[in-house]
Amino acid sequence: MLTFVIFMLILAMFLVLLRASIGPSLYDRILAVNVFGSNAALLIAVFTFVSGRHELLDIALTYALINFVGNIALLRFFSFGSGSHKESDL
Amino acid sequence: MTSIAQYISDGFLILGSLLVLISSLGMLRFPDLFTRIHASSVATTFGAICVVIGLILYNGTDAVIFKLALMLLFLLFTGPTSTHALARAALEAGLKPSAHVRKESSNEEPSPSNPKSSPHSGNVRKNREEDPSNF
Repeated sequence: MLTFVIFMLILAMFLVLLRASIGPSLYDRILAVNVFGSNAALLIAVFTFVSGRHELLDIALTYALINFVGNIALLRFFSFGSGSHKESDL
Repeated sequence: MTSIAQYISDGFLILGSLLVLISSLGMLRFPDLFTRIHASSVATTFGAICVVIGLILYNGTDAVIFKLALMLLFLLFTGPTSTHALARAALEAGLKPSAHVRKESSNEEPSPSNPKSSPHSGNVRKNREEDPSNF
């Protein structure tokens, strides 16, 4: 059952990466990377139970937090930082 | 007793992984950034809830259950916050909902004022309320 869940999560992450590569605007890519990160945290949490090493749960927890902080940092950079741009660049 | 918990855990895991897959499929096929945000929030909230509950019921010592619940709490706090910030940043950068989506929502606006004259739009509204991605 856990291998089925891992397979579905990897398939979903592949589809999300496809959206990140073809996304027409910048914010589509940021959204896709955010969803990819939360799916990766879930994947690490499931893989913990497959491998039986429960230390990996800390990595999943840290991954979820770093994903959020990285997303907010990216949005601030592209909205207010030196990466901000005009409407025509979207 | 353990087999019953095993079956419930399997059900939650299957439901969660199907929700994550459906949400990523919606992210690939929806026409607009804001509809894609709507699709992605299914995976980051309800799919995460189902997968983590399935993992808790699967095999849990106390520390593992605590860490999984903490991870679920972080995911539930950070997912809607980051999508809210993303939608706000996209609106401020000048990204609008596409014309197709705006036209559909404006066609449905006058339907509650005279529901007898247009039964078809009432059916559409009823079907939309039964949409399972509306959690």
